[in-house]
Amino acid sequence: MSSRQWMLSSVQYADAPGNPWFSWQYLRDNSDTVVSALVEHVSLTAQAVVLAAAVGLPLAVLAYWFRPLTGPILALSGVLYTIPSLALLAFVAPLVGTTRPASVLIALVLYALLLIVRNALAGLNQLPTEVLDAAQGMGYGRFARLFRVDLPLAVPAILTGLRLATVSTVALVTVGSLIGYGGLGDLILGGFRNNFYKAEILTGTVLCVALGLLLDLLLAGVGRLLMPWTRGARR
Amino acid sequence: MNAIEQAITWLNDPLNWTNPGGILDRLGEHLWISFAAVLIGCVVAWPIGLWLGHAGRGGGVVVLISNVTLAIPTVALLTILPLTALGFGRPPVILALAVFAVPPLLANAYTGVREIDPEARDAARGMGLSGFQLLTRVELPLAVPFLATGFRTASVQVVATAALASFVNGGGLGQIISAGFGLGMSVGGGQILAGALLVALLALSIEGLLALVERALTPRPLRRARRSRRRPATS
Repeated sequence: MSSRQWMLSSVQYADAPGNPWFSWQYLRDNSDTVVSALVEHVSLTAQAVVLAAAVGLPLAVLAYWFRPLTGPILALSGVLYTIPSLALLAFVAPLVGTTRPASVLIALVLYALLLIVRNALAGLNQLPTEVLDAAQGMGYGRFARLFRVDLPLAVPAILTGLRLATVSTVALVTVGSLIGYGGLGDLILGGFRNNFYKAEILTGTVLCVALGLLLDLLLAGVGRLLMPWTRGARR
Repeated sequence: MNAIEQAITWLNDPLNWTNPGGILDRLGEHLWISFAAVLIGCVVAWPIGLWLGHAGRGGGVVVLISNVTLAIPTVALLTILPLTALGFGRPPVILALAVFAVPPLLANAYTGVREIDPEARDAARGMGLSGFQLLTRVELPLAVPFLATGFRTASVQVVATAALASFVNGGGLGQIISAGFGLGMSVGGGQILAGALLVALLALSIEGLLALVERALTPRPLRRARRSRRRPATS
């Protein structure tokens, strides 16, 4: 693994022998902290992506059904996406309070929204017209067609959006360490503030990158399971 | 509502603008850091992207770089780089931001050359242009709209990410927000909101400005709704 090679070369770089980039000692002594940071990270990411999907998919369907709404919906999520994450967090925190992870969660959801809406909408808008004609000819109503034809066919695009949103959310959670709810980001920033404790910083970073790639692979695997919709198993 | 009034009061105090470390200072730092980072990104990414596109190789590498950088938290790079041989100060911050400027610049340069009509390339070959002449006289000018898109995406992303430099005391407008969080919500609430407003406005105005530049650089017949290849930001 390249991150491992990098770790090894970094160890040689460490000028002070007392502050290596990686230490098993640190991991052994602080396994509780590391695990709870990891759990917080995973839980924030999962909640944010699920909430963003719960808001984003209906928005995409709305934009798909009512074309005039496409512009406003994409523009709004685009503006939310352009606003820097730190500013988003700073907007939300005074209104929600900094003692709960809810501020971080809201900022993460607003941020992931665009990726999910845009990809789902692109998928829905690219459905072949013959299929839609056929569905209409078979007498499908609006909702039946949505759940039995439109959405299953758009699964690849929706999944792409979910994967992008998941990976960037994993990286973005670290920003929450500003108010102490940053999952692994708390390790990174905590290590920096704690006299530049390199082992803590690198542990947080490596776990964070690994988590992002792992979740991406996991979603890709789920996609493989979902793809054979031709069996008609999904109702 | 109290925080909003406080924010307006804070913004109305002229000393908050002109003091050392005030808004104008921070804005200058923010713009300078962002400019340097985008410049480094362009110098590195454009030649490589154009060359890969010209040679028609390395598409996989471009995608890989985009995906991997998406998973790296900005906070991690910002905390790790100052502890390497780079030392503290501006250079590690600028370098960390430049890393995130590379993927959109690279991907757009590559796509820009790949998307050129093969007939234009054939015609140029038929006129006796060498490979290098083909690149500089035909492919480069035709790729300019894509380069502009990449430049806009990268710039907006860097300006947004530069707000996070405040995590490691690296300057920029984010510093106002961090200082506000340091004061606590009851005292610093207004300052947090004011800082958020400034950072968000800066990002949105850079986006708007560069969108105009991009439009001006795109020849009229090409101004169809080109899918902007925006990369999700990790800021």
